[in-house]
Amino acid sequence: MITWLTYGITGIAALAGLMCVVMGLLGRKPSDLSLGSAALVELLLLVQLVVAIIAPATGNNIYGDPIEFYAYLICALIIPAAAVFWGLLDRTRWSTVIVGVGLLAVSVMVIRMEVIWTTVAA
Amino acid sequence: MPACETPVISFRPLPECETKGHRIGFDMNSTDPAAQNPTASSSSTRDAAPRISGVGRVLVAVYGILALAATGRSVTQIIGKFDQAPLAYTLSALAAVVYILATVALIVPGATWRKIAWITIGFEMVGVIVIGLLSIFDSALFPHDTVWSYFGRGYGFVPLVLPALGLFWLAKQKGKRA
Repeated sequence: MITWLTYGITGIAALAGLMCVVMGLLGRKPSDLSLGSAALVELLLLVQLVVAIIAPATGNNIYGDPIEFYAYLICALIIPAAAVFWGLLDRTRWSTVIVGVGLLAVSVMVIRMEVIWTTVAA
Repeated sequence: MPACETPVISFRPLPECETKGHRIGFDMNSTDPAAQNPTASSSSTRDAAPRISGVGRVLVAVYGILALAATGRSVTQIIGKFDQAPLAYTLSALAAVVYILATVALIVPGATWRKIAWITIGFEMVGVIVIGLLSIFDSALFPHDTVWSYFGRGYGFVPLVLPALGLFWLAKQKGKRA
């Protein structure tokens, strides 16, 4: 994994998550901004997926358990997509909160992915 | 009296409310004033329910994420290293199934699913407390983490907080219905 990319995704997901939670609590319905930020995180996770697939070929090997790593990555990919879907169907402010909570979860999961990538499995 | 002051997840037919999308779930064409104007008075018939409904929806969403996380972890453990700790990993799988059931039970209307929600969420509450205590006092029993080890520490204690919120919410719905 590329460390700066990983932390970039973590930071963006955390900021976008906080923003959506706050917007939702302020009563905003899902908007281009909130759903767009989730779409951006989804896009970055796809970049992460491509990087993770290519990295070992360039000598950037995974130290931890690859199954666990990809389990996290797949779950992380599902969450923003599901949240956006929810936000499109359920047009209430709580959907905005849900998108935010999902993005915060993604942010934590990306940190965990970095730990798995860089730590030798027990 | 407001015509529609009913719990959001209503398990009985409510003719006056049925068409207004106050049940939990997806309402494609919601024109709810509460959604547009959060400061609307709760005495209005239309926005009394959605407010609770909203928090309920967040609960369902967090349950969904946790169900996904527990399933992911369980699948990983069973594929990769089941023989290392069959007890802990079987428990992980059981926990994952229970989280999925609880998520579904919170969404689907009907008395049966409501009962299942009580059972599954109650099971989670007992599970996280028992396994949490066991993992602290007899850690040899659980050398490998489960979703409930140390009261769900690996998941930011969400597994401890969530069933408590879930039970509280179910109890509140019941009170409103009575």
